[in-house]
Amino acid sequence: MFLFVIFGAVAIAAALGVVLSRKPVYSALSLLLNFAALAAFYVMLQAQFLAAVQVITYAGAIVVLFLFVVMLIGGGALTDLPRPGDRVRGSLAWPRIVAALGLLVLLAGLAYGLISGQLGTAQGSAAAFGQGSVQAIGSVLYTSYLLPFELASVLLLVGMIGAVVLTRKE
Amino acid sequence: MVPTSYYLILSAILFAIGAAGVLIRRNVLIIFMSVEMMINSVDLTFVALARQFMQLNGQIFVLVAMVVAATEVAVGLSIVMTIVRHKDSMNVDDVNLLKG
Amino acid sequence: MLDHAWLMLLFPAAGALVIAFFGTRLGRAAGWLASAMVALSFGAAVALFVGLAGLPAAGRSHDLALWSWMGAGTFHVNVGLLIDQLSATMALIVTGISLLIHIYSAGYMEEDPRFPRFFAYMNFFVLMMLTLVLADNYLLLFVGWEGVGLASYLLIGFWFDRPSAADAGNKAFLVNRIGDFGLLVAMFFIWSSVGSLQFADVFSQAATARLAGAGVATTITLLMLLACTGKSAQLPLFVWLPDAMEGPTPVSALIHAATMVTAGVYLIARSHSLFDLSPTGAAWVAWIGVITALFAGTIALTITDLKRILAYSTISQLGYMFLGVGVGAYASGIFHLMTHAFFKALLFLAAGSVMHGLNGELDIRKMGNLRAKMPVTYWTFLAGAAALAGIPLFSGFFSKDEILYAAYQRSPALWLVGLVAAACTAVYAFRAVFVAFWGQERDRRLFSHAHESPPLMTVPLIILAVGAVLAGYVGLPGLSLVESWLGPVFGGAGPQAAPTAAQWLLLAVSALVAVGGAAFAYWAYVVEPEVPKQVRGALGWAFTAVENKYYIDWLYNAFIREVVRPLAGWFAAGVDQFGIDGAVNGMAGITGWLGVQARKVETGLIGLYALSILLGAAALVVWLVVR
Repeated sequence: MFLFVIFGAVAIAAALGVVLSRKPVYSALSLLLNFAALAAFYVMLQAQFLAAVQVITYAGAIVVLFLFVVMLIGGGALTDLPRPGDRVRGSLAWPRIVAALGLLVLLAGLAYGLISGQLGTAQGSAAAFGQGSVQAIGSVLYTSYLLPFELASVLLLVGMIGAVVLTRKE
Repeated sequence: MVPTSYYLILSAILFAIGAAGVLIRRNVLIIFMSVEMMINSVDLTFVALARQFMQLNGQIFVLVAMVVAATEVAVGLSIVMTIVRHKDSMNVDDVNLLKG
Repeated sequence: MLDHAWLMLLFPAAGALVIAFFGTRLGRAAGWLASAMVALSFGAAVALFVGLAGLPAAGRSHDLALWSWMGAGTFHVNVGLLIDQLSATMALIVTGISLLIHIYSAGYMEEDPRFPRFFAYMNFFVLMMLTLVLADNYLLLFVGWEGVGLASYLLIGFWFDRPSAADAGNKAFLVNRIGDFGLLVAMFFIWSSVGSLQFADVFSQAATARLAGAGVATTITLLMLLACTGKSAQLPLFVWLPDAMEGPTPVSALIHAATMVTAGVYLIARSHSLFDLSPTGAAWVAWIGVITALFAGTIALTITDLKRILAYSTISQLGYMFLGVGVGAYASGIFHLMTHAFFKALLFLAAGSVMHGLNGELDIRKMGNLRAKMPVTYWTFLAGAAALAGIPLFSGFFSKDEILYAAYQRSPALWLVGLVAAACTAVYAFRAVFVAFWGQERDRRLFSHAHESPPLMTVPLIILAVGAVLAGYVGLPGLSLVESWLGPVFGGAGPQAAPTAAQWLLLAVSALVAVGGAAFAYWAYVVEPEVPKQVRGALGWAFTAVENKYYIDWLYNAFIREVVRPLAGWFAAGVDQFGIDGAVNGMAGITGWLGVQARKVETGLIGLYALSILLGAAALVVWLVVR
């Protein structure tokens, strides 16, 4: 429980950091922290394999990609996040208010829905669950979920090609 | 053991923060990062419920979702780079060719 | 023959079509083709008549349904023919007179450059008139009704390069339109009360409560009367007939004397069941008829154009027919229709012959002593005039007297007005005879060129003259062939009893009036030619009023100018341009405006799009939770 609170606080703080930072680099680093906290959660939830994958792909690859892009094209205007009192561009004043309200509603709704949902005692067999270990996931992945696995690999291929095509200099 | 509902509430909070980021920030990169955060929060939900019901479905789903997210980041960032090079601005409000 | 009655319609239809397409190649032969087609129709009509006569009196009505024309829900109309004594008689009159006039026209119109077109129109007219009299339902009758109106328009305005002729054609068509509106609304009423437009259905239902009650029958009959005043040129819609004299004389003879204008009388006779139900409607018919008879008769006394005298005479005689059918003497009305067809067609054709001989002159003041130069024309015209005036032993005498007797039985007032009109008839008929054919020639040059017409024209005149004299004998009181033939159609009692004393008395009075009128005309125009001028002087303004047709045309013109035109203008600008166009353009405008407003959603700003996605998701979540 204690661990949950610690990691939870870290995750929320990092999330706020992503959203509220003035420089994109700071946002990227906050994102990294967020991913790490989530990896910790995965371990706590007996999904060790996923925790490892999270660290490798998200923290290791995606954040790196972001940082590369920031390096290549600059960080953008520093006055991007408007302070209260700033002149707001175009007709976006009221959307921000509505956005805030909408988020509150979303949050409340999600929370309510989740709490009041069916969250009874654990079901399923612990043996099949196998602690979320590599062997357990592997045995399921290559039998019942073979098709999604193959499709995911095709998707990766397409993504690669797309990325190359899009960034070629004509 | 931490009740599943705690994880779900945490996930909801992270999702809301991510959505706020998408809506409030004008820098295209930061919007992207907020979207990633939203995806991650949903992954957390799945894993928590997988543990709750002792089934591996949730974890497999998260695995595939991560693959998709990675692909999406790669392609999306290439697009962002192309647009930013053209417009010479990272403000997402400048990309309004669909106006009208 | 009964089953092949439709052949009667096929021949003129074929004739009209062939001449329409191949007319220019046929040339003069078009006249023979058209006449031959009508002759075939006439033969069919005779065969039909004879066939009917061979059947017992009760079984002479045949409804020949040819095919189903249209049906929508409960509304169903056939194309069918009703063959009974009335329609057979009418068909015989129409085809017979048409045949003679076709032959006459072949001679009269021979120098006209549009000769074939004339005969195409004439055949078309015969087709439509036969459709009208043979139809077995109101809708098909209406087709014929409209068709003869169209033919009339085409033929009146045949010489369309003459503005007066074109205008006359328009006038005829437009005035008839007002009447047609009446017939259409009457048909609507009939259908809504009875549920069918077939004669058989309507007349069998006539006695039931639906038609008898609540003035429905009166409404229908009054509306029909409106239509008939248009088609048969009675008050108030008679104004087109005098102008219709702009058309060629054979047209005047056929359409505006013998056949088309009698369609109104036929309609009333055919719908007798409805008129029997509504004494008000019938009374209106009778009074309009007799007043028109007097009205037109007085005007005819002042006119100097030979054809126009005959036009007003037609209006007047049609008034007699209306009087006849209005007092319930349907058979007598049809009888007068038949005799009138003979002598009026004869008079018009003779007038045409006069025109032909005088190179188009129609003013009787320029004529005189024509009997010396055009004997055949003179004698036939005289026969026609005598029949018209009702001189005893000529056909008009018998038919007119029957009507007057029936009128007397209904109301002596009707009889008296009719008698005065008869006096006028005698005077103007013989006035025409004496001024044009007797006395001294008034225009030397015209007189010297006058000549008799070719046999192609005089032979039909002679045939018609024979008919004008003899046709009345079928209606001799005591013989009453007409009554016994047509009676069953109208639910009559068959041959009457021997004539009563009252009948002989009225007969004598009518004879006296007719002969007296002729004698007066003789005295006023032959013996003492100064009398007309003195009378004109004595009557002064009254005479001028009558001469100007009681200023009715002037009244209608003023009405159209002051009321109808501004009203139409107001409707065009206010209702049509502002209202309807405004509404339609407004719809388009509103749609455009809405589009412009809707476009404002498409800002192109990603943030706004993301916001809308979020809001939608939030709404969905809330709904799922609350549900």
